[in-house]
Amino acid sequence: MIIFAHPSYLRSRANRALRAVAERMDHVTIHDLYETYADFLIDVEAEQRLLLDHDHIVLMHPFFWYSAPPLIKEWLDVVLDYGWAYGEGGTAMAGKTWTQAVTTGSAAHTYGPEGSNRFTMEELLRPFEATAHLCQCRWQPPFVVHSSRQMTPDALADAAHDFAAMLEGLIHG
Amino acid sequence: MAEANLLESAFVYLTATVVSVPVAKRLGLGSVLGYLIAGALIGPYVLNLVGDPENVMHTAEFGVVIMLFLIGLELQPALLWRLRTAIVGMGGLQVVGTGAIATAIGMALGLSWQVALAVGLTLSLSSTAIVLQSLREKGIAGTEAGRTTFAVLLFQDIAIIPMLALFPFLATLQVADGAAAKAGALAGYPGWAQGIAVVLAVGAIVLAGRVLLRPMFRWVAASGLHEILTAFALLLVVGVALLMQFVGISPALGAFVAGVVLADSEFRHQIESDIDPFRGLLLGLFFISVGAGINFALLVAQPFLILGLVVGLILVKAVTLYVIARAFGRKKGEAALIGLGLAQGGEFAFVLFAFAQGAGVIPASVTAPLVVAVALSMALTPLLLMAGDWAMRRFETSPGEDRAPEVEEGHHDIIVAGYGRFGQIVGRMLSTYGYKISVLDHDADQVDVLRGFGRKVNYGDATRLDLLRLAGAAEARLLIVAIDDDEKALELVKTAREAFPNLKILARAIDRRHAYQLMAAQVDGLERETFAAAVRLGVKSLKLMGKPAFAAERAGMIFTRYDERALLAMFEDWQRVEFADYQRIVRDRTALEEELLKRDMIALVGKSDGDEWGEETLEREAFERRLAERAKPD
Repeated sequence: MIIFAHPSYLRSRANRALRAVAERMDHVTIHDLYETYADFLIDVEAEQRLLLDHDHIVLMHPFFWYSAPPLIKEWLDVVLDYGWAYGEGGTAMAGKTWTQAVTTGSAAHTYGPEGSNRFTMEELLRPFEATAHLCQCRWQPPFVVHSSRQMTPDALADAAHDFAAMLEGLIHG
Repeated sequence: MAEANLLESAFVYLTATVVSVPVAKRLGLGSVLGYLIAGALIGPYVLNLVGDPENVMHTAEFGVVIMLFLIGLELQPALLWRLRTAIVGMGGLQVVGTGAIATAIGMALGLSWQVALAVGLTLSLSSTAIVLQSLREKGIAGTEAGRTTFAVLLFQDIAIIPMLALFPFLATLQVADGAAAKAGALAGYPGWAQGIAVVLAVGAIVLAGRVLLRPMFRWVAASGLHEILTAFALLLVVGVALLMQFVGISPALGAFVAGVVLADSEFRHQIESDIDPFRGLLLGLFFISVGAGINFALLVAQPFLILGLVVGLILVKAVTLYVIARAFGRKKGEAALIGLGLAQGGEFAFVLFAFAQGAGVIPASVTAPLVVAVALSMALTPLLLMAGDWAMRRFETSPGEDRAPEVEEGHHDIIVAGYGRFGQIVGRMLSTYGYKISVLDHDADQVDVLRGFGRKVNYGDATRLDLLRLAGAAEARLLIVAIDDDEKALELVKTAREAFPNLKILARAIDRRHAYQLMAAQVDGLERETFAAAVRLGVKSLKLMGKPAFAAERAGMIFTRYDERALLAMFEDWQRVEFADYQRIVRDRTALEEELLKRDMIALVGKSDGDEWGEETLEREAFERRLAERAKPD
């Protein structure tokens, strides 16, 4: 299942491209948080039921200020509850794969000790990794699309193809 | 002027109407009294501007027919069924009771029992036309008292048929041949034949209403000419009235039956709106002719006899009805309104007196003063109704009588004043949250219904300071003003603001103007009653038009914020400047605000038209081509 969150995704070409290929695949559920919970009032039980129905979790979102849009945070806060996803008796998420699929505005080389963003993507995604770890999920290498606003149609298509391949890998891997 | 031609009399009638009705309305007397006064003024005994008002009366009676037809049209059979005890029980008792008392008085005054009985029965009738028109105007037609009044009137209208049948048997005087023929074409036949004819006629109306009317209406409607539809609707009423007259029922009653039959047809609203203007004008004409028909000469000649009759009539009828209404469980105020409202003689008294005189039942010397008395009592109806209305309000709102305010004392966090559609939602939400709320509503029926559902609702007028205090306004933290009467709401806000300075007040505003008034009265917050719902529907519309939900929600919020800011700004203008300036400022401001709003909304939701990929179509094609290429080698 792709947990998708973009407050204005119609203006994000990269996210639309990735979504477009994912929508054509079987066995992939796209769950659009901003569409479902435009009022930010998340139905916790419905979300937990959805999670139980899926083996692979992909959090797909733009990389805003080294993190996710606020609805992802809200979702993490209320859905991954103590006693359900972690803590005593909290094993509902155990064994699922967890993949972060992120689009960024700046180029790949800016993410590193020498770059303007100072840290690598792996480092910057640590909070998510830690979350996945606490929920006993299997953390996957993040799928990152850089410079998403400058991409040519060809580059978008390449990224979309890679994304589809990554999803295939999860399902059949 | 006695032989005035059509145009001249039309001019006189219309002038009288246009002059006196607005004056009467402005004086708070209601249109009916205005018409009656107009009639009296132009009648033969004052200005003598019109010929024999009898002629006009016959035309104008058709107004009564149309009115009853429209009433029938608005009446669902279910409501009729619900009123059955009121119709048969109260209506029946009223006719029998009033009739009996009037008969006894008549006999005591030296009339033979036959004459007294005919007079008594005739006087038991009230004026459907005047009462219903006045009730409607006062806005009490839909209340319990209004419905009961209507039920009694309905029974009276039905009772005319047996009265017409009975009178010939009471005849003690010599009559000229054929005088009884007024009762209808079938009057010569025995009673059972007439009965069958009535049943057949009503049956024919029911059948035609169910089977024939629909295709006919459709056929007429297909002509596409609006006036033909109107003509058809009128034809319908005229036809029914004629048929009823033929079998000897009052045309008004027949029209009522026809109306009920058509109440569930899909053309109901069409018919209603088409013939409503005729009702108003013809009824007005009818009231004028009643006014013109008052024989002031007789009044001057025998003032004490006539005035005695008027007072006696009103007293007997009002008291009898009051007692009956109380016996049927109506509240004091309601019973007073019903009694006073129906205390007059009716227009059918004119018909019955004429018939009785013709049939040799009552001598002309007896009917003449009675006709004047009935007309005068009708003219007094609007005043009596005002008294009844006043009595009802008094009984309803003053403590210690009938239904005293019922307010549960104790500590409450929040007081909700007005527990209708609006207040209930607020109240339910807050009490679900755990606040102790005290609810006040002034509609006794509503309070009973809510209590039936197990809600705790106090009964009383929230604008009264003592009740507010009793409900705990001194200790409560918040008062929610949710009553639907804008004036009362404002009054309550002002009262509470002054008496309880620490109490926070939130109010429901009916419209923008009301919102300004409430703001001027320093409410702590308000919500325009339809604004939020309308914005929600706007948001739903954007979603349905394919905009992302989050963008649509934000658009709703942005719109709300702009509008509320504008409301605040315009409130300041409204306080500051004259109305004409205010209008100009609002116009300019609205234009500016809308420009800004547009900019923000488009930034958020995108333009209203076009494919989401928009001008990127070419780019999208390139994307798809490349994607397909990449897919191949794998």
